[in-house]
Amino acid sequence: MSAKLELDNVTIQFGGLKAVGDLSFTINPGELIGLIGPNGAGKTTVFNLITGVYVPTAGRISFNGISLPGHKPHQITRIGISRTFQNIRLFPSLSVFDNVRSAFIMHLPHGIAHALVRGRAFHDEERELESDVLDLLDIFGLKDAQHTSCNALSYGDQRRLEIVRALATKPKLLLLDEPAAGMNPTEKEELMKLIRFIKGKFNIAIMLVEHDMKVVMGICERIVVLNYGEKIAEGTPQEVQKNPDVIAAYLGADHEVVGGAAA
Amino acid sequence: MKYKAQIFLFIALAASLGVSLCAGNIDDYFLDILLNVGINVTLAVSLNLVNGHTGQFSLGHAGFMAVGAYGASIVTLQLGDHLLQIFGGGSIATALTFLIALLVGGGCAALSGWMVGMPSLRLKGDYLAIVTLGFNEIIRVVLTNTSGDGPFGGALGLKGIASYTNFFWVFGVAAVTIYVVSTMVNSTYGRGFLAVRDDEIAAEAMGVNTVRYKVIAFVLGAFFAGLAGGLYAHFRSTISPEGFNFLKSVDVVVMVILGGMGSTPGVIAAAILLTVLNEWLRDFEQYRMIVFALILIVMMIVRPQGLLPASLFQRKKKESA
Repeated sequence: MSAKLELDNVTIQFGGLKAVGDLSFTINPGELIGLIGPNGAGKTTVFNLITGVYVPTAGRISFNGISLPGHKPHQITRIGISRTFQNIRLFPSLSVFDNVRSAFIMHLPHGIAHALVRGRAFHDEERELESDVLDLLDIFGLKDAQHTSCNALSYGDQRRLEIVRALATKPKLLLLDEPAAGMNPTEKEELMKLIRFIKGKFNIAIMLVEHDMKVVMGICERIVVLNYGEKIAEGTPQEVQKNPDVIAAYLGADHEVVGGAAA
Repeated sequence: MKYKAQIFLFIALAASLGVSLCAGNIDDYFLDILLNVGINVTLAVSLNLVNGHTGQFSLGHAGFMAVGAYGASIVTLQLGDHLLQIFGGGSIATALTFLIALLVGGGCAALSGWMVGMPSLRLKGDYLAIVTLGFNEIIRVVLTNTSGDGPFGGALGLKGIASYTNFFWVFGVAAVTIYVVSTMVNSTYGRGFLAVRDDEIAAEAMGVNTVRYKVIAFVLGAFFAGLAGGLYAHFRSTISPEGFNFLKSVDVVVMVILGGMGSTPGVIAAAILLTVLNEWLRDFEQYRMIVFALILIVMMIVRPQGLLPASLFQRKKKESA
């Protein structure tokens, strides 16, 4: 499950506004990397560039040697990059089970004709798929809730379900957009455990956008800092915390650098 | 049960054939209503695939019905005799000729559905509704303005279409429509339609090809509307462009909304109810629309999710599981 994402001088311009400029970084296989920056720094735009929602004005994005720009979002998911959203985007009218099942559609070996004929192969396939979905729900403690409408879940469970659904696409790289947003301290602790667990269990690379510094500093191996769409720092949590540019971006340039804690 | 769906289809087809064979004993007026019910069920269930399951608001179902009606009628009017000769006469030849006519009508409708759908499914909500409404009007106006001596018959439409439609055809097509829509939706593949309806961006991010799903729903919906149109033409033996106006599309949309968006049983119930009500209120012709409007308003206040909403059946499934 090795796959390397490379961004090379990526720029995107919306009219006169340069949302992301000359951004380069690499995500290595199995790495847990954080993307931080003040509000409006372009973090979600970077996610949207990687997942094909936006096409970069200039620069290259490649995953495992495949150039991503020009691919549609659903094709990029098939290539092996899955994501969650800043504001939860589950399928509200579907049950917990069906939310995860819908992410398995891309793994179906057969299409519409199979569903219409309903032969033995169809039933075998559906049964196999059902057990795959249940296994996944079981790992994340959502099996008992499989028939509930996803709206009935607590906020933390909804976030978890969104991550499970993203994992159901069997990604090599998982992008988490503010997974801790709106969570209380206990839920954040659980989330950090969960992310570490996913990384170990599924052996995938994870990139997360997050404002909560405790979460980011606590789990990320490497951090990329954006400000006004440009990379101002990159390094381990300790390095980034001491970087004067980062402190300036978060606290303002006039601040004295005291102790190097920008959290 | 594993082959529940196939068994349902088989029983429904056999039952329609059985009833059809003794249809002579059924009162003509009653049979007339029954056939209307069957055609409306086909229309409503097929539109429900587009509006209900896939969440794309189409207001042009009568347009596809018109394409199907004209396509099938032209086949039987222009080529009917040839085809009957080729198949050697008799009831089987009639059935084959009618089947070909219906499929040509459905195919034309599906093709027009694809042509309208490809560019316009990029639009959402109200915009798509307006484009499909526009398509409906274009079909009607174009047909009205064709030459009266030509194959399309102009404003007066076509008459003298052979009355091939009987109980078997109407309810056979309705059963096939119900089978196709419900088996397709009730599969992992079919969850894609619901995912597209619920959240297109999330569906796309989960690897669902949203454009393909929307086009499939649109084309299949149009195909079955075309079949319903062909049945209608060979039932009334006369069709005119005015019969496929905007109000006809609205009738079908009302059935879908009243029954419950995305609920096949609900939509079937609503199609039966509204067709029967329509007949029942025939003596109060001028007040009929008022009654319909009142029913809709009351429904929207009291039960906005429809008569038999889809969630009702999900809950049942959970209990039996």
